[in-house]
Amino acid sequence: MSTTANHTAVLTLPSDTQMLITREFNAPRHLVYKAWTTPELVKRWWAGQRGQVTSAEIDLRVGGQWRYVMIANGGFEVAFHGEYREIVPEERVVCTEVYEQSGVPEPEPPVLCTYTFTGEGDRTHLHLLVDHPDKALRDLILETGMEAGMQESLHALDLVAQSLR
Amino acid sequence: MARAATTTDAFNAIAEPRRREILDLLSGGERAVNDLVSALGLAQPQVSKHLRVLREVGLVDVRDEGRQRLYRMNGGPLKPIHDWVRRYEQLWEERFELLDEVLAEMKEEEDEHDGEPHGGADAAQ
Repeated sequence: MSTTANHTAVLTLPSDTQMLITREFNAPRHLVYKAWTTPELVKRWWAGQRGQVTSAEIDLRVGGQWRYVMIANGGFEVAFHGEYREIVPEERVVCTEVYEQSGVPEPEPPVLCTYTFTGEGDRTHLHLLVDHPDKALRDLILETGMEAGMQESLHALDLVAQSLR
Repeated sequence: MARAATTTDAFNAIAEPRRREILDLLSGGERAVNDLVSALGLAQPQVSKHLRVLREVGLVDVRDEGRQRLYRMNGGPLKPIHDWVRRYEQLWEERFELLDEVLAEMKEEEDEHDGEPHGGADAAQ
């Protein structure tokens, strides 16, 4: 293992229905946690390069809800929400994650995300485990992020997207 | 070949490569069934099964014109999937890069305003 900071997110498949994303940050755990759980800070990173977060609500307690909304660069709105199931400050957060789609029933059970923050001093390791209700959904999401077989499906999806304009 | 139970949402419907191929063909416009059959190189019953799955989740519409059955794509159910899954991994990387910037700023602020070092950072391993 290299001792230099690795700033590449690593995506692996621990089981048929799971996806694991890991990433190192050059910051102490309490700051990473804060950046993850403070609405004004979440707004600065959650949309990536794909749009602007217009709303971030966080009720950080077990049973509390979170909801993030962004306006994507294409002009459409994308929203996710969920419920906190478990909270260990600066260590671990378990919550559900639902992608809001009009007219589409929410998957039952919902996707479950487990965020684990470890590390000492100025380094924090994020371990994000995503549990999906079934393999097909996991594979579909994943396929688009992987090289193999990706072009074909994305090509189809791109054509679909174009047809919707 | 045993087939998995017919699925009931767009996610599963397009998890099957052949069904994506059908959508791909239909995205160019309406096509007759026999046209799809020859384009896909599959037997008609297989194509019909796939089309039925796509119809059930609302991804294709069908109409009869004379003796022809014409299929048309309805991309609506796919749009959310498309918006969500495209470059999923890249999205996370984009997020993390922005998060790096946010964290760098937070660290600076903390160093400026905070004479007291935070506990827990002294475990020499």
